[in-house]
Amino acid sequence: MRKTTFSGFIRPDGSAGIRNHVAVISTVACANGVAAGIARAVPGAVPLLHAHGCGRVLEITMHLNTLAGLGKNPNVAAALVVGLGCETVQASAVAAEIAKTGKPCEHLVIQEQGGSRKTTEKGVKIARAFLEDASRIQRQACPLDLFTIGLECGGSDAFSGITANPAVGLVSDWLVGQGGTVILTESTEMIGTSHILSRRAKGPETAQKVEQVVAKAYKTTRDILGELATYVIAPGNMDGGLSSISEKSLGCIAKGGSSAITEVVDYGRSPKEKGLVIMDGPGYDAESIAALAAAGAQLILFTTGRGTPIGFPIVPVIKVASTTRLYNLMEDDMDVNAGTILEGRSLEDVATEIRTLSLNVMNGTLSKAEQNNQGGIVCLAAMTPAF
Amino acid sequence: MAHNVMLINRKDNVGVALFDIGKGEKILLSTGAELDAVQDIPYSHKVALREIRTGEPVFKYGEIIGHARSDIGPGAWVHTHNLQTLEL
Repeated sequence: MRKTTFSGFIRPDGSAGIRNHVAVISTVACANGVAAGIARAVPGAVPLLHAHGCGRVLEITMHLNTLAGLGKNPNVAAALVVGLGCETVQASAVAAEIAKTGKPCEHLVIQEQGGSRKTTEKGVKIARAFLEDASRIQRQACPLDLFTIGLECGGSDAFSGITANPAVGLVSDWLVGQGGTVILTESTEMIGTSHILSRRAKGPETAQKVEQVVAKAYKTTRDILGELATYVIAPGNMDGGLSSISEKSLGCIAKGGSSAITEVVDYGRSPKEKGLVIMDGPGYDAESIAALAAAGAQLILFTTGRGTPIGFPIVPVIKVASTTRLYNLMEDDMDVNAGTILEGRSLEDVATEIRTLSLNVMNGTLSKAEQNNQGGIVCLAAMTPAF
Repeated sequence: MAHNVMLINRKDNVGVALFDIGKGEKILLSTGAELDAVQDIPYSHKVALREIRTGEPVFKYGEIIGHARSDIGPGAWVHTHNLQTLEL
């Protein structure tokens, strides 16, 4: 049987992107204005702006790795890193990490350049040159073992776990079967299911890590919410008929399909193994998809019951609606209607539709979130207060 | 008439309403079974398919999602008011 391929942009490190972005990465909120200004002056450049980069001592490494991970993502052809100078997440360190991939990467520090205007002028020149070089890279056929899909569910309802998530689960199983990688995250939404997930780990060490991730998520919610911990689900989920985090979790993990779990990674870190990987991270959509992108996912499959338009600046996001009601209500933002499963369509049929659309999006078709410019800002997870 | 409640797993003692079901309306399962809704069941919420006594497990996805806080009759709405979720 001929293996399925996708049409990608090969990077110097051998990875393959499905988009060819020039990213302008701000390392600290203070540099957002300059990074945004550079991207505004260079149509085609994508600003990666966020609220962090300083003041949080315990998150320095996590935020540095996550920002560097975004630059390393195969969908990025070249990266310009813009820092202020006195922040804890240093631009030079982020740029040095991205440069390990061999892709073009430079950094500018506002306090060294002599202010925002001078930095912007210099940045515009760099970004223009990056774009010109990137435009010469041609797509070519790539094997699916170079591909990573990130999984996300947001605004779940009782049907997410019956329609959209199991359908995406079949797509996950397909990609793993093709030698690719699937990242399942949202540790909070695995609470109550560690006995099921750990049974699927490839070895006792991975099983133990799965249990640790879920136990940590539970402890955190318990420490903060006490007895309310088991109800740590958004009001929207409650209205949707889900009574507890365990019930939601069972539906949530259905996205990952039935493959063995090969590895457990920290927030925003790239897996070394292929297959189904679990990444520790929050259930909050915006922080979760940032980590999936930083971990190297070229595409995100996002299931939703209540409906959300969110996308990500450098990674196409495909929305799978859990019901026809939602699909019709928010058709502008929904790519696939898995609600047809409730009307008699088979799970396999919907999975085929998601898989076909995914391949089209890999090959260049814009997902709804891309069509609607749902890039937004990058939300990085933070566990401690700022000093 | 097509079914209006979905049974996810054979082990389950609750189903999921596919439409808003009013008190007294017929509940029709994909398996062909029938019962009466004893109260309003909102769209996408759970309904008891058989008697679940206080303390008994509530199954969905073939897994235990919690225990009945009180006796729950067939056709009753199951949610946080009568479902004690798992102690982890």
